[in-house]
Amino acid sequence: MMSEAVKQDQAGMENKIVLDELDRKIVELTQSGLPLVSRPYDDISEQLGIDPSEVISRMKRMLDSGVIRRIAAVPNHYALGYKANGMTVWDVPDDKVNELGQKVGQLVFVSHCYHRPRFLPEWPYNLFAMVHAHNRDDARLLVDKIAEVIGSDDRGHDILFSTQILKKTGLRFNQ
Amino acid sequence: MMNLNTEESLSKRQLNSLEKHLLNDFQHGFPLVSRPYKKIADELGTTEETVIDTLNRLQQTGYVSRVGAVFRANSIGASTLAAMALPEEELEQVAELVNEYSEVNHNYQREHHYNLWFVLTASDEHTLNAILDDIEHRTGHAVMYLPMIEDFHIDLGFDLDFDSGY
Repeated sequence: MMSEAVKQDQAGMENKIVLDELDRKIVELTQSGLPLVSRPYDDISEQLGIDPSEVISRMKRMLDSGVIRRIAAVPNHYALGYKANGMTVWDVPDDKVNELGQKVGQLVFVSHCYHRPRFLPEWPYNLFAMVHAHNRDDARLLVDKIAEVIGSDDRGHDILFSTQILKKTGLRFNQ
Repeated sequence: MMNLNTEESLSKRQLNSLEKHLLNDFQHGFPLVSRPYKKIADELGTTEETVIDTLNRLQQTGYVSRVGAVFRANSIGASTLAAMALPEEELEQVAELVNEYSEVNHNYQREHHYNLWFVLTASDEHTLNAILDDIEHRTGHAVMYLPMIEDFHIDLGFDLDFDSGY
């Protein structure tokens, strides 16, 4: 029986690096956003008393290793008119979840796609895919498209629309 | 707190071409160079100052939530998605209690028997479990926790459809 970590390593999905104190400080200082000034990384480096090139090279290392998924101007989908935020959840056979997850994760309208454990008996779903649409009817059309991809392996699914954002902040961690 | 049913969208005006490019083209690949806004300006054929001003405005109007790094879930510390099935009359109170934890970074009300969904990120698994126990103990309601096993998505942001509505 392989451990989860070994399996993930073999799948090449997990590529953890060890973050040192300075990396963590950079994470802390950048997680709520880079300053909108000509040399934003200089701002960070001054606070840490290091060279700006060190901030850039450490961020590049975190990007290459996957700790940072992407560096972006992150749009607020809700403000841009994507009012329907649907968490679609699927019950698929365990031995198919990787194959199906990869297919669903590739759909352009899916913003996140995860394998999560079931929580039986209350929660039979093991595959999660987030969709964003202008309204609920459009979101349901996206659910139909996912259902086509999953085909006969769809043993049940649901869509949970959000009705209220109660909290949304960047990643925080207290040391 | 943002109510998704009643809240009007922010200033419904047409976005100009530069704004659309800034929103759509830099959801990944934001330059890791000394003057990133200058590099973007060169790519879009404008000035550094215009890019900075425009991003400032997009951020103030709420179209851009931030310019910066998106961290991979579980790459730092331990995290899980968690859900609770709450009676309607208790939801608000429990949501406030859950939000008190700085380790909770997302919290959504959803239409379902499980109506409160939040993401917890802690420095390690032990702290994470202690917080889950604490929430159960303080609220008297069970927490269902669903930690990520595998992430299938290659996160490139997604193509904004400016034609429908914008």
